[in-house]
Amino acid sequence: MPAYTAAALTFTTLTLASGFAQAKAPSLDDAAGRYDIDGSSKISFSVDQVGGGGISGSFGKFSGTFQLDGRDIRRSVVEFSLFPESVQTGEERIEKFLRSSAIFDTKTYPKIVFRSTKITQTSDDTAEIEGNLTAKGMTKTEHFTATLTKWNRRVISFHIQGGVYRTRYNMSTGTPIYSNIVQFDMVVNGQKH
Amino acid sequence: MLLNGHETFGWGTIILHWMIALLILGLIVLGFIMVRPDIDPELQFSLYQWHKSFGMTVLALSVIRVIWWLTNRHPASVKGLSPLEARSASAVHLLLLAMTIAVPLAGWAVASTSTLGIPTLVFNRVLVPHLPLRPSAEAEAFWTTTHALLAYGMGGLVVLHMVAAFHHEFIRRDGVLSRMIRGSLGKR
Repeated sequence: MPAYTAAALTFTTLTLASGFAQAKAPSLDDAAGRYDIDGSSKISFSVDQVGGGGISGSFGKFSGTFQLDGRDIRRSVVEFSLFPESVQTGEERIEKFLRSSAIFDTKTYPKIVFRSTKITQTSDDTAEIEGNLTAKGMTKTEHFTATLTKWNRRVISFHIQGGVYRTRYNMSTGTPIYSNIVQFDMVVNGQKH
Repeated sequence: MLLNGHETFGWGTIILHWMIALLILGLIVLGFIMVRPDIDPELQFSLYQWHKSFGMTVLALSVIRVIWWLTNRHPASVKGLSPLEARSASAVHLLLLAMTIAVPLAGWAVASTSTLGIPTLVFNRVLVPHLPLRPSAEAEAFWTTTHALLAYGMGGLVVLHMVAAFHHEFIRRDGVLSRMIRGSLGKR
């Protein structure tokens, strides 16, 4: 089914988003392949607080790969690891608190891991990613939406968003002053192997 | 009787007095524990929120208490006080009354100027807005010190107040403490 191919996904984005309407369609082989998640990616999050505003920040240290299946996007796989020790919020005391046993407990659980289990294309340039998120010893199914934002022969970029209920991962400290939902807003840049 | 009499305290005064007294003692202990550096961070967060909730409660009760004090009759001092004793008793009572407002206000200023920006959600129910102060590390440090000094200063006044009450009750036996428990001076 052509609608589900990576080629269609990337071609549409090229014509719509990147302004190279005249560029020739990338071949299936161009988009398919294995990508390393690049350090230029931005892993941002925010947690709303009662009365407006909230805590926002990012994670500086992470790694991961994704495998784009050229024939069938559903067979693509994403693996992503995040090191919560690298959390940045602009307020040192908040970072220290987030690293502590109250939230991430980075000494005991230095790594947060996401592995996709199902990827569903939802439009020409968007997809829904379902997968298992493991944090603080708990593994739960989560959903993220991915939008293709950039593509060339070497690099592919996605804007990935999704909300995670932190109480499911023993990180409930601060509710209800701070929302249970951690909103992720990520720009994931993949460098082709 | 709800209202104060010529020589007696009404139960309005008595209830406010003891509620505020208990809350203040609890808040001093809570405040002392929650700033220990080696405390569990999750517990610490929780203790701070309890401290803010009870502190706001004291502020609300103290505002009522001040209005009550301003609008109610002040029972006469017990007999046998020297002019100096009468004046210092009044001074301590007035200072305590002022401190029950000033200490929570300074605490509110800490929450308002803190660069942590943690909202005050009293008992996880009522959102109390920050005071219109600019948050900064300097302002937070200033108000934290002010709040602590005022609070421990008030603690000192409370001790003075209690010692005086016990002295009157058990040495002079003039019923000063009984009056704040039963309302009347109580003849012994």
